[in-house]
Amino acid sequence: VGFGIKNFAIIYYCIALSKGHACLGKLTARERILLLLDPDSFDEYDMFVEHRCTDFGMDSSKNKYPGDSVVTGRGRINGRLAYVFSQNTVGLYYLLAIIDNDFTVFGGSLSGAHAQKICKIMDQAAMVGAPVIGLNDSGGARIQEGVESLAGYADIFLRNVLCSGVVPQISLIMGPCAGGAVYSPALTDFTFMVKDTSYLFITGPDVVKSVTNEDVTQEQLGGAKTHTAVSGVAHRAFENDIDALLNLREFFNYLPLSNRDPAPVCECHDPSDRLVPELDTIVPAESTKAYDMLDIIHSIVDEREFFEIMPTYARNIVVGFARMNGRTVGIVGNQPKVASGCLDINSSVKGARFVRFCDAFNIPLITFVDVPGFLPGTAQEYGGIIRHGAKLLFAFAEATVPKITVITRKAYGGAYDVMSSKHLRGDANYAWPTAEVAVMGAKGAVQIIFRGKEADAEEEYVDKFANPFPAAMRGFVDDIIQPSTTRMRICHDLDVLAGKSQSSPWKKHANIPL
Amino acid sequence: MAYCNRSKRLNSLFLLQWETLCPRWCLITSHKLYSSVYDPNEKTFEKILIANRGEIACRVIKTCKKMGIKTVAIHSDVDANAVHVKMADESVCVGPAPTSKSYLNMDAIMEVIRKTRAQAVHPGYGFLSENKEFAKRLASEGVTFIGPDTHAIQAMGDKIESKLLAKNAKVNTIPGFDGVVKDADEAVTIAREIGYPVMIKASAGGGGKGMRIAWDDEETREGFRFSSQEAASSFGDDRLLIEKFIDNPRHIEIQVLADKHGNALWLNERECSIQRRNQKVVEEAPSTFLDPETRRAMGEQAVALAKAVKYSSAGTVEFLVDSSKNFYFLEMNTRLQVEHPVTECITGLDLVQEMIRVAKGYPLRHKQADIPINGWAVECRVYAEDPYKSFGLPSIGKLSQYQEPLHLPSVRVDSGIQQGSDISIYYDPMISKLITYGSNRAEALIRMEEALDNYVIRGVAHNISLLREVIIHPRFVQGDISTKFLPEVYPDGFKGHKLTDLERRELLATAASLYMAEQLRSQRFLGTPRIPIAKSKRSSWELSVRLGDGIYPVAVSKDGSSFSRISRNASGETSIQFLGTVYKLQILTKVAAELSKYMPEKAAEDTSSILRSPMPGTVVAVSVKPGDMVSEGQEICVIEAMKMQNSMIAAKTGKVKAVHCKAGDTVGEGDLLVELE
Repeated sequence: VGFGIKNFAIIYYCIALSKGHACLGKLTARERILLLLDPDSFDEYDMFVEHRCTDFGMDSSKNKYPGDSVVTGRGRINGRLAYVFSQNTVGLYYLLAIIDNDFTVFGGSLSGAHAQKICKIMDQAAMVGAPVIGLNDSGGARIQEGVESLAGYADIFLRNVLCSGVVPQISLIMGPCAGGAVYSPALTDFTFMVKDTSYLFITGPDVVKSVTNEDVTQEQLGGAKTHTAVSGVAHRAFENDIDALLNLREFFNYLPLSNRDPAPVCECHDPSDRLVPELDTIVPAESTKAYDMLDIIHSIVDEREFFEIMPTYARNIVVGFARMNGRTVGIVGNQPKVASGCLDINSSVKGARFVRFCDAFNIPLITFVDVPGFLPGTAQEYGGIIRHGAKLLFAFAEATVPKITVITRKAYGGAYDVMSSKHLRGDANYAWPTAEVAVMGAKGAVQIIFRGKEADAEEEYVDKFANPFPAAMRGFVDDIIQPSTTRMRICHDLDVLAGKSQSSPWKKHANIPL
Repeated sequence: MAYCNRSKRLNSLFLLQWETLCPRWCLITSHKLYSSVYDPNEKTFEKILIANRGEIACRVIKTCKKMGIKTVAIHSDVDANAVHVKMADESVCVGPAPTSKSYLNMDAIMEVIRKTRAQAVHPGYGFLSENKEFAKRLASEGVTFIGPDTHAIQAMGDKIESKLLAKNAKVNTIPGFDGVVKDADEAVTIAREIGYPVMIKASAGGGGKGMRIAWDDEETREGFRFSSQEAASSFGDDRLLIEKFIDNPRHIEIQVLADKHGNALWLNERECSIQRRNQKVVEEAPSTFLDPETRRAMGEQAVALAKAVKYSSAGTVEFLVDSSKNFYFLEMNTRLQVEHPVTECITGLDLVQEMIRVAKGYPLRHKQADIPINGWAVECRVYAEDPYKSFGLPSIGKLSQYQEPLHLPSVRVDSGIQQGSDISIYYDPMISKLITYGSNRAEALIRMEEALDNYVIRGVAHNISLLREVIIHPRFVQGDISTKFLPEVYPDGFKGHKLTDLERRELLATAASLYMAEQLRSQRFLGTPRIPIAKSKRSSWELSVRLGDGIYPVAVSKDGSSFSRISRNASGETSIQFLGTVYKLQILTKVAAELSKYMPEKAAEDTSSILRSPMPGTVVAVSVKPGDMVSEGQEICVIEAMKMQNSMIAAKTGKVKAVHCKAGDTVGEGDLLVELE
C-alpha cells in the first residue's frame, strides 16, 4: 500500500503541474510547502488519514482519498523548525480529477479529519515550542459533515487561543477563506494575504446582497486591499503565491521559535557603532513641517532592512521588525508625514497589538516619538478613542521586554505618557536636541494660561518647554543625545538589557480594555 | 542557454563587508589638484561673503580658508543645514526656497553684507554672478565684487554687444543677425536670410537656457516662442537673437585671467563638446583636437577681447570650432566657470585665489610663458537626473547613502552635499563635479572609470551610467567628438550599457553569488538555540536568473570587478550596478522559477491614454480642457523643471477625458496630468 500511495502522490504532483493551473494563478498545497520550507526538510504527518463521513454517499470509495483536504507536517525555514499546514482548493480539484473526474466536491473544505490533522501539529508545536504556519485556502465547512465540521473549527480555535503567546502563529491567506474559516487567521499573530487571489469574509457577496442589498465584489468585500488598508484584518499583502512564500521565509527569521526563546540574533555586517550623520539634520527647523519617520528607521537599523507590519493601514504609526547588531527588535514610530503622527483609534490598536506580540515573544521594543497628541473630534470620541487609546497605553505599560525610547520632536500631552515613556517602565529614554516634551504646543498652552492676553507669553512658553531640558532635569529622559549617535547608543543599551528581568504582580491575566 | 559558473568569488563573498554603510564625515577632505602658493604675508580681505550655494560656495570657502579669510554664507530656509552653511564661519538666511526670493534677493543680500561687514563678495556662477545691477550696488557701498567690473559684465552679458566688441577686437565671429528679433515672423525672415539651420537664443542668456535650434520655418516659430518664455523666466529679459548654426561643431573655450593693471593671460583651453540640451556633461583639458598654433591663435584672440573690454578677474571665452579648425567666438562668460577645475589641474593655479588677488588689486604673478599644460584632466558632471529620459530629466529625493570615491588616487570631487541631503526642485540638480587627473589622457580616463564605479549614490536617480558610457565610448576615447555626440551615438536615447556575452556572464555570476551568500548568511544564527538549527548540507545550488527578457539558469557551487549591490528583496528582485549601469535581476531557485509560470500576469497600465509627468516641476501652461480632441504629437501642457521648459505631447489621437493639473501647480514625477478617452 505504501508504495502505491507514494506513486500516487507523484502522479498527483505531476498532473497538477502539467494540467497548468495558470488560469487560477495559484500553486498546489504541496508546491507551496516546497517553496516555504528548506529543500528536503518537510516531514509529512497523517498522509493516510481519511474522512469519516457516511452521509450523502460520502462513504463510497470514490469520495475518499488519503490525507483528506489538507497537508500537514513539520519542516525547516533557514534551518529553524516550523510546523505547517497547507489547505488547498486547487490541488484537490486535480486530486479528484485523477480519481473520478469529479471537480465539484470538497475544494479544501474542512472535515473533522482535516481539523484533527491541524490540531495534531498545533499540539505538537506548542509542546515542542515552534511556530505554526497556516497556508489557508479553504472553501469553508464541509457541509456534508454538518456539526462534525463545526466541531473541527472549534477545536482549531481553542488551540489558536492556547498557543497564543506560546508560539508565534502566522496565517497566509492564499485563496478564498469564508465563514468560520476566517476566525482561525484572526486569532493568529499575523495574517498575510496574496493580492487578487485571496479573500477573507464572514459572508460572501451573494449573502450580502440578499441581506443588506449591497452590491459588492469579492475583491471589494474581502480582498487584500480591503483588509490591509481599510479593515486592518490583514497585516500585509504580497503580489502572488511565490512572492508571499519567499517573504514569509524572510519574515520567519525575525521571530523567536517560542516564548521560551530569546529574540534571534543573526550574523550582522553593519557596525554597531556606526554613526548616522544625516540624522543630525533630518528633523526640520519648523515644528510644523513633516519628515518621514521611515528615513530615520532605515538609517538606524542593520543594513536598512525593515519588515514593516501593516504598512498601508493607520499610516500615522509605523510598526515592524528590524535588527540591531543582528538582534531582532520591534520598532514603533509615530509618522509625522501622515496626520502629523497623531494617535487615533486605528493607530492605537495597530500599535498595541504589535507591542503585545513583541512583549510576548521577548522582542525588545524601540519607540521613536514625534506625537502631537490624540486626534480630537466627535468621530474619534464616538468611536471610543478613550477605550482604544488605552490599549496602547496598557500594552506599553505591561511590557517587560527591554524598552528604548527616542523622542525625536514632539511629545505632547497624554500621548507623551503613552509612547513608552520613562513612567511606563522605559529602560532607556532619550531625547534629541529637537525634542519638545510639554503638555501641548506653545500656542494652545498660552491661550489657556493667559487667555490670549499676553503677547510675549508664547515665546516664554517655547523657551521653557519646547526643548528637552525640563524633562531631562527631572530624569524623565535619561540623556539628550546627538542624533547621529542614536544607533550606537541603542546597540549598547540592547547588549546591556539582554539580561533584563522584570516581573509584574501575579494575576490570572490582565484585563486589557478590549 | 545553460552554462555552469564556478564562482571563485563566492568564498570571499561570505564575508561581504557593508562598506557602503560605513560612517563618513567629510566636509573639507577633497583632494587638491592644484599646487598654488598661499603667501601669508600678502594682505588680503578679512571677510568675504559668498553669494551662492552648493558646490561652488564650498569651493570658494575652501580657498578662503587657505588664505586665512573669514567667510559668510547666505542660504535660503531649506538650505539651513546645507554643507556650505556648515563650512562658512558665519551664515545668514536670506529668504524662502525659490531663488528669486533668496539667492537672487539683492536687498536681503546687501543687508547681510552690511550686517556682517564683509569686505568683498564672491558670486560663484549663476545667480548674481553676471548681474551688473548687483555689481553696481556693491560698488556704491564700497564692497568689492570678486569678478570683472560692471562695464565688462554689461558688455559681455549682452550677446549682441559682445559680438560687436569681438568683431572690433578682430576676434572671429559667426555670421548672424546683429540685433533684437521682434516677433516670430521677423525671426523667420531673418532665419531665411542667414540660411538654415539657425540658432535662436536669449540675448541675456547663458548655460543653454532659452536656446533653440531651428531647421525650418515652423521650428523657428516654435523656437521663438519657447526661447522667449524661457528667457523671460530665467533672466527676466525676453530679447532674442538669431545666428547661423554651425553643424558638427566642437565647443572649446579659453580660460583667461586678467588683472586691473592691463595684464591678461590665457590659461589654455577646455574641451566641452559633450553636451545634452546645450548643457555640458563631460569636460576635459587640454583638447585632443587643438594643435599648438590653433591654441595660441585662440588664446591670443581671447586675450585681445579681454583687453578690449578692460577685463579683470577670471573669465572664459567660448568658441565653436569646426572640423577644419576654424573657430568662431560664441560668448564670453564673465565669471568662474563650472568646469574650472580641469584648468586648475593642468596649470596648477587656484583660480579662486587668483580672482581674490586680482579683486584686491594685485597684479598677476605669472607670465604667459609660465603657464604649463601638465598632464590631462577630465571632469564629469554628476547630476541627480534620469539619463534614460532624454539624456537626463531631473530627479529629486534624499541622498540616503552617499560616498565620494576620494580614496582613489588623483580624484577631486567638488560637491556641496552630503549623505542625507535633499535634492529639491528649487535648485540645480547637480550632485557634484568629479575630476580625475593623469599624466596623459588615457590615465585620466581610466581613473575616471574607476572613480565612477566607486561612487556610491542612493536615493535619487543619477547619470553615472551615462557618464561611464561616454568616457569608454571608442569615439570619445579617440577624441572624435562634437556637440552632437550624444544624439549621434544614441539616436534612440540612452539605454544603459549594452552587455557583451562575457559581461553578461560576469553579471549573472555576481548576482547569483550575492544571492547565495545572502541565503547562506540567513541560516547563520548566533548563540545556541534550544532546538538545534538544521544546516543545509548542500554545496551546489541551481538558480534561475531573470535579466531583462532573458531567463538564465545558473549553477553556484561552493568550491568555487566593478559591481555594487543596490537593493534586494525577499522575492529575489535585485538591482546591481555593473559597469555604471543599474541592472534589475530576479533570482529564484530553480523550483520557484518553474512554478512562476503559474502566477497570474498583472495587467499593465495602458500608458497611451494617460499622460504622467516625467519629472518633478511646475506646470507652466495647459493647452487642453476636458472634451477637446487632440491629435498624436499635439502639445498638451508645458512643464518647467530646473528652469527648463518641456513640452508634453499626446501619445495618441483622442478626446481629453480629464485634466488633473492647472498652470502653476507643482507636480511630482509620475503624477497624472491628463487622461484621454
